Amino acid sequence: MSLIEHRLPGAKSLERLRSQPLVWHLLLGVLAAAVLYLLTSSVSFYDNTIIAEIAWYAIAIAGLSVLTGGSGQISLGHGAFMAVGAYGAGLMMEHFRLPLVVPILVGIAAAALLGTVVGLPATRLRGPYLAGVTLALALAVQDLPTKFSSLFNGDSGIIVNQATPPGGVNPQRWLAWISLLAAILTMVVLANFMKSRFGRALKAVRDDDIAAQAAGLNPNRMRVLAFAVSAAAAGLAGGLEALWGGIVSPNSFSLFLSIQLLAGMVIGGAGTLIGAWWGALALVYVPQWTNSITSHLSSASTVTANLQNAVFGVLIIVIMMAAPSGIQGWLRAGYRRLRRRPSSLASALSPPLDLSSTSTPPERTSP
Amino acid sequence: MKDSIRSRGRPLAAAAVLSAAALASALLVIPSSGASLRPARTPGVTAHRIVLGTTTPLTGPAAPGYDEIAPAANAVFSYINAHGGVHGRKITYLIKNDQYDPTLTVQYTQQLVENDHIFADVGGLGTPTQTSVQSFLNKHHVPQVFVESGCACWSQPKKFPYTFGWQPNYIVEGKILGAYIKSHFGRKRIGYLYQDDEFGQDGVKGLNREIPHRRVVGEQNYQGTVQGLGAGLGSQVSALQSAGAQVVALYTIPAATALALLAAAQLNYHPIWVVSSVGADPPTLAGLLGAFSKGKAGASLLNGMITNAYLPPETAGTNPWNRLAKAILKRYDKGFHWDGNSEYGFALGVTTVEALEQAGRNLTVKSFLNALETHAKALSNPGLVPLIYSRSDHYGFSGSEVVKITHDGRAISVLTPREITTLRGPITVYRGKPDSIPAQFRK
Amino acid sequence: MTLFIDLTLNGLSYGAIYAAVALGLVLIWRATRVINFAQGALATLTTYVAASLLDRSINSWVAFAAALVAGLVFGAVTERVFMRPLYGKPELNPVVVTIGLLILVESVAGAIWGSTDRGIAPPGGVSQSGIILGHTYLDFSAFDIFILGSVIVLMVLMLVLFRWTSLGLKMRASAFAPEVARLLGVRVGRILTVGWALATLAGALAGMLVAPLVFLSPNMMDPMLVYGFAAAVLGGLDSPVGALVGGILSGLGISYIGGYLGSSMETVGAALLLIAVLSIRPEGLFAAAKARRV
Repeated sequence: MSLIEHRLPGAKSLERLRSQPLVWHLLLGVLAAAVLYLLTSSVSFYDNTIIAEIAWYAIAIAGLSVLTGGSGQISLGHGAFMAVGAYGAGLMMEHFRLPLVVPILVGIAAAALLGTVVGLPATRLRGPYLAGVTLALALAVQDLPTKFSSLFNGDSGIIVNQATPPGGVNPQRWLAWISLLAAILTMVVLANFMKSRFGRALKAVRDDDIAAQAAGLNPNRMRVLAFAVSAAAAGLAGGLEALWGGIVSPNSFSLFLSIQLLAGMVIGGAGTLIGAWWGALALVYVPQWTNSITSHLSSASTVTANLQNAVFGVLIIVIMMAAPSGIQGWLRAGYRRLRRRPSSLASALSPPLDLSSTSTPPERTSP
Repeated sequence: MKDSIRSRGRPLAAAAVLSAAALASALLVIPSSGASLRPARTPGVTAHRIVLGTTTPLTGPAAPGYDEIAPAANAVFSYINAHGGVHGRKITYLIKNDQYDPTLTVQYTQQLVENDHIFADVGGLGTPTQTSVQSFLNKHHVPQVFVESGCACWSQPKKFPYTFGWQPNYIVEGKILGAYIKSHFGRKRIGYLYQDDEFGQDGVKGLNREIPHRRVVGEQNYQGTVQGLGAGLGSQVSALQSAGAQVVALYTIPAATALALLAAAQLNYHPIWVVSSVGADPPTLAGLLGAFSKGKAGASLLNGMITNAYLPPETAGTNPWNRLAKAILKRYDKGFHWDGNSEYGFALGVTTVEALEQAGRNLTVKSFLNALETHAKALSNPGLVPLIYSRSDHYGFSGSEVVKITHDGRAISVLTPREITTLRGPITVYRGKPDSIPAQFRK
Repeated sequence: MTLFIDLTLNGLSYGAIYAAVALGLVLIWRATRVINFAQGALATLTTYVAASLLDRSINSWVAFAAALVAGLVFGAVTERVFMRPLYGKPELNPVVVTIGLLILVESVAGAIWGSTDRGIAPPGGVSQSGIILGHTYLDFSAFDIFILGSVIVLMVLMLVLFRWTSLGLKMRASAFAPEVARLLGVRVGRILTVGWALATLAGALAGMLVAPLVFLSPNMMDPMLVYGFAAAVLGGLDSPVGALVGGILSGLGISYIGGYLGSSMETVGAALLLIAVLSIRPEGLFAAAKARRV
């Protein structure tokens, strides 16, 4: 591996680029966009739908990851922020004809606002107490559409006018592009956020808020901001989901969604942005695979019906047991092991991208 | 230590992105097998096979009861397949478990259309779930038929020519029950208890069109979410009792109906219950309440309950359709319970087979829709009222009869079938006869 | 006035059940610093164990006891198999494993018993008819008294166990100073297993108490877990007394809000109340004054 490193002609200039996080992250983002453009053009329309879904799941999980990894707070209510983003964007799309970016931004702003409001009392709460409050939030937000039925059309939800793509592009592919573009932008922004002075300060607060206070930081303000940023990402994910599903209904934002996001984050690797993608892949593909298997089984028994969730549950347990730092942590550990014992295998495996600084402790490499 | 690892990893990360880009461009050169261009011939139909699909909750909080419907419909298809199929074609029914979550409905419906190439989406369950795929299915010219929900939204033939409802819509049901309440209990105080979603709200809308507002002394509801019944219905029923309601109309799911009956029994509150067909399935209720028969409460709680029915009551043992249904389900649906849900699934399966039969040997989407719109009368099924399908309406069953539950759980008719053929129209008496069992089910 | 009394009584019975769930969560939190999201699902499973015994016409008290024993066993197995390997790993991991268990256990219950709701009669045919007071029937039956009574008995037994037995002392020592306890010869691992077993027993009791009120299905305990968790947070996760108080308060609060403001305000009102209380007391009503954990 190190051979490649030295022979790579641009290695020196790359080295220089890296010292400027914004430029570096943008460059990686542009490269990723190019790769993903090629990907979306070569797969089926249905796969594009799935790619879009993975993208908005990844955005939501990345937001949660920044909160948990960055400031050590746990939220069981990110589904609620997604709901607020989705309703915000959905209502704008329902009532006004605006360029797509406006409703999405409105959704983000609404979620960020709620994030700030929730973040304020949350500054005093730790661990499970914060989880309890955010859980209550997730439930409450789910009941609001029926309470204010004339605005939100209750349980049936509001129908979103899906934007017509320009130039006869297939709508599913168009959605995949929008979602991926949003996802890449989010990753770049969040990576910079965590790398910035602010991100480092946040970690200082997480690790020891008294020491951080002594160093002149205001832990409460940082926690609120972390909450707002995290909620904004969830709001973006919600807006994209509204666009993706064509409907915003409370049934899409059950407590189970919030729990899934948390599970997805930890499965992928808490505190890492790449891990968010692994988590999103797991959330989308595991039910998918098990469902395609079971729907072709001839007998529609209770066993086959429950197989899908059973496999998902087992997967969560197995990953947590086998890879305590999530998939990303496991890959990293594996990669490190390979570097220690250089072999021809090493060059065949592409190492995981590292856009973020990790908060998870390095996994012990016991045999 | 951690930092040094990271800084050495960075150029590699860049290299990885570059190689991934190269890999992806290489992928482009290889023709993709996944690209889903819809074949020119009718999707999902070959000389020997018809592929149908559906999404329905098989697990999760919405599953109880509803998870019986798709397997019952599938039993009808298995029976038909075992007896030569429809015009020689055997039916494959792909059932996807969307857990009543529109996100999953979107995903699985696209999968059914683009990967499994279904001919039609038959019997998808739920209002928010099926609304989320309505425009997709219509855009892709895939029939979305016999949607399992009483929303009026399935009948918009101009906007959604490929969508067809099936069960009577909730407003129509509410009007028929409301008219019955007005003419039989016109001087009594009336209370409502409903699920606070489109099902309950539409039902109440229908009731209110017939029942004078001054007669309604209390309205209570519960949330249709997971935690909606987490504290029982004691406080709602207690409030209705305090308000002095003598007749209580329920727009509830069966579990909530049973909870309301139990709560009322506990309070020694015995109003006349009027329950929409959705929540009044006597076998399901008797099963839920049966455990209490040793105490004062029991299946006898159902005695005198008024409800409406658009399919023959399950307790009508001599009804030929019921006998056929039990015979087919026993053979082809392992572990079925005979109740309103399996009967519903059976009737929906029969309607589907009849529609495919009517569409003729040369089955296309066009011939299928044409069969529905122009031969609705010819679609033999167990329904007590006809299916309203025409170029201008895609409703489904036009009304229902009103029945009373006796002390032993049987349903006896107290009002012959009534129908409303257009949503704003008046209630009229339906004088037609029930359909007889068609030839392909007599083999 | 009748309505107020009925709402209060109704809130008390449900509150007692939330309290039992909350107690299970508190016991596990104290012992292992884990929020056990599988608590509800495990309780559903134990209730199904009782239901299958009832199907075989076995005495209902035997079935009731069997559910509690099953709770002990499931709790112990969960700790040994799923939790033990995760101590010392990132603190979210065991929590996420309990989420995995929640999903798995509910699927297993659904696979074996189907998702159809079933009615479960109270043990021993305890009546569910309202008690007559003067001329009015109260929304309170012999079974409601049984609910309150059994939850109070459970609380008292737990209190006795913690305060006055050597097992209880060892449990407290293992929870608050595992290293010291180990040095003093306490087999901390075994004590943690006992803690999980007892906690799951509390959940199993809640399952048996709520099944006659809301019917048994694989998701029966989902709302109970949510309200039980809220109750535990409200009372303070370190305090068993807090679990009882939090449970009763949650039950009453939800009943009053539902009865007077309408069902769509139940969760909204509950959320606002929870936020309000925690804003004043960030570690619940019965938080022990203690120094920052380092």
